[in-house]
Amino acid sequence: MPKIVEKRRLTPITALYRVDAPLIARAARAGQFVILRVREGGERIPITITDYDRESGLVTIVVQEVGATTRRLGELGEGDEILDMVGPLGEAPDIPSGGHIVGVGGGFGSAALLCLMKELRERGEKTTVIIGAREKNLLILADELAKVTTNLEICTDDGSAGFKGFVTERLQQMIDGGPPGYPDFVISIGPMPMMRAVEKTTAAANVPCTASLDPLMIDGTGMCGGCRVTVGGEVKFACVDGPFFDAHTVDFDEAVSRGKMYVKEEQKAAACQRAEHEEAA
Amino acid sequence: MPVKRTDKTPMPVREPSLRARDFGEVNEGYCFSHAMFEAERCLRCQDPVCMDGCPVRVPISDFMHAVAANDLPKASRILREANPLAAICGRVCPQESQCELNCHMTKRFGPVAIGHLERYVSDWEMSQPEGDEVLEPWREEKIAIVGSGPSGLVCAGELARMGYHVTVYEALHAPGGVLRYGIPEFRLPNDILDWEIRQLERLGVEFVNNVIIGKTLTMDQLFGEYGYAAVFIGTGAGLPKFMGIPGESLNGVYSANEFLTRINLMQAFDFPHSETPLKVGRRVAVIGSGNTAMDAVRSALRLGAEKAMVVYRRSEKEMTARIEEYEHAIEEGVEMHWLTNPVEVLGEDGWVTGLKCVKMKLGEPDESGRARPIPIEGSEFVFPVDNVVLSIGTRPNPLLVKATPGLKTHSWGGLLVDEREVETSVHRVYAGGDAVTGAATVILAAGAGKKAAEAIHHDLQAEAA
Repeated sequence: MPKIVEKRRLTPITALYRVDAPLIARAARAGQFVILRVREGGERIPITITDYDRESGLVTIVVQEVGATTRRLGELGEGDEILDMVGPLGEAPDIPSGGHIVGVGGGFGSAALLCLMKELRERGEKTTVIIGAREKNLLILADELAKVTTNLEICTDDGSAGFKGFVTERLQQMIDGGPPGYPDFVISIGPMPMMRAVEKTTAAANVPCTASLDPLMIDGTGMCGGCRVTVGGEVKFACVDGPFFDAHTVDFDEAVSRGKMYVKEEQKAAACQRAEHEEAA
Repeated sequence: MPVKRTDKTPMPVREPSLRARDFGEVNEGYCFSHAMFEAERCLRCQDPVCMDGCPVRVPISDFMHAVAANDLPKASRILREANPLAAICGRVCPQESQCELNCHMTKRFGPVAIGHLERYVSDWEMSQPEGDEVLEPWREEKIAIVGSGPSGLVCAGELARMGYHVTVYEALHAPGGVLRYGIPEFRLPNDILDWEIRQLERLGVEFVNNVIIGKTLTMDQLFGEYGYAAVFIGTGAGLPKFMGIPGESLNGVYSANEFLTRINLMQAFDFPHSETPLKVGRRVAVIGSGNTAMDAVRSALRLGAEKAMVVYRRSEKEMTARIEEYEHAIEEGVEMHWLTNPVEVLGEDGWVTGLKCVKMKLGEPDESGRARPIPIEGSEFVFPVDNVVLSIGTRPNPLLVKATPGLKTHSWGGLLVDEREVETSVHRVYAGGDAVTGAATVILAAGAGKKAAEAIHHDLQAEAA
């Protein structure tokens, strides 16, 4: 079982884990994901690979504790093992060479950009990363990202760090000619409302944009079809055809609606978990 | 012997109204006297044509003799030798279109219940104390099996018995393939599958879960770095088909694969203790008429659906499910809507509210040899439903093919194999089961796994000589 060799809290509800998973580390490419399960009877959930190191065999993931499984993962510490972890899954995105590539990350989406930006830097691309959060304390991996991108732009809703406003507003400034320059290609990773807004902003200026979708999944190999998304009028499976799709052709309404399918059940699972905790305490 | 002139001994089953509320096994199995009586019904034909109907050619007549003599150790040896998944096949094989179809008793009295006796003997075998000795491989060659469904399990078992080091790679977190994620426990309890897998482990087979060949490891790595002498691909046909009608992405629409995987592999019936949810509303329509459709519709009943129905564009005659599943479904209260073709899933606020269908009539036979269903103009109507489950077939998963240069397939995705029907277009890569044939049965996959094991052994020994 993959062992957690390092765990670091990034925010009160987000943690970074370096996991001993040599086979995944060797095969991984930026933009791919793993599926993990934390306990018997637990869900299988997809998590983007934040980084990998082929030599040490470590895979880095960043997980925000929002559901039953991620909360259980949050309870694990260094030395603990993750019950199941399979990957790498999905396809690495096709990012054109040349031009100014801008990665936009919202919330823990910033983590997914790290690996991609590293790969782009190795390719010698000019890149900018725009990351945003509600407030300064919720920003993650800014130092790490700063090392792998030409420019790092920080946005906070309350202005506690960097630009005061949304990532899309900062992106709009760049489209309008502001520094650090016009975006020729945008990679968007974050919560659905953010990816939607980035799509709108880039569409208005005819800037190509790829978005990383994270629908519900079970197997991650194309077997269940639960992760289907409509892209350019065609049904695609995010697990094998994605997770990156041309944002301008994604049916976001449908994706948002499908993402809410189990909201009630998630609340029920959370209540059950709380009861379990109280019993233990 | 007047005893031979009776009808097939019925399988004792649990009361429909009770069993339709849980996932416990429906069939209870024969008792001693059922089995003795039924085995005596076998005519011991000079020409046991039943065997010709069996894809793995179980010597049924010898087996019947042994059961009738109450020599269960012998019966189980005969059975196991020919069919390494006997406990499973006794439960899920479509006997009525195989061994029992050919039975000479069939015409006048109904066939000998070969399947029920296969199960009886396997159940006896499972009740015996399990040893803990593990067979040590005595040959040097290592063989990798990709996928732990029926073809992979059988291929692994046969090769282990021949003395090879065998490793089975499984993409999911538990082995068994479709036997684990597809077939519900009311037909095939997980305990039975676990027992079969333990027997393979005792033969020295190693199981590695959570590894996807084509993603985690490549075919080249298996041969190069890992030093396998041969690879068997038994990746099945796990990719669900959708109809392409409007509304298929509404919440509440599932592929049968997803629906059943949530229940069988992820144990959604135990939510929230098991954390994977499943939305089953009051009214569920399952589209299709195969075993998977029956499994899905009967699972829906067990998860509380008040109205569970099968919607199929052809008639009862063209239905592809095992007769037993069909009968059990009817007993449990499933509604069958034949000659009914869905044209649209209707929804509101993103959720399914209905299934719009058109009535069909049968025309001339089509390329499948079955009567072609033709829509009746103006016959559209709507079933108000909360869930739609699509069970209209699956095709082989292209994941491994995409990652393996030189591995050739038919246009529909099935792997191309040589004239022996075992080796793929890549040297020393063999394949069998649904990955080659498209969706078929457990026993055909088992047969293919066995055949591939023999070919692998033959080829490796020929090379060594």
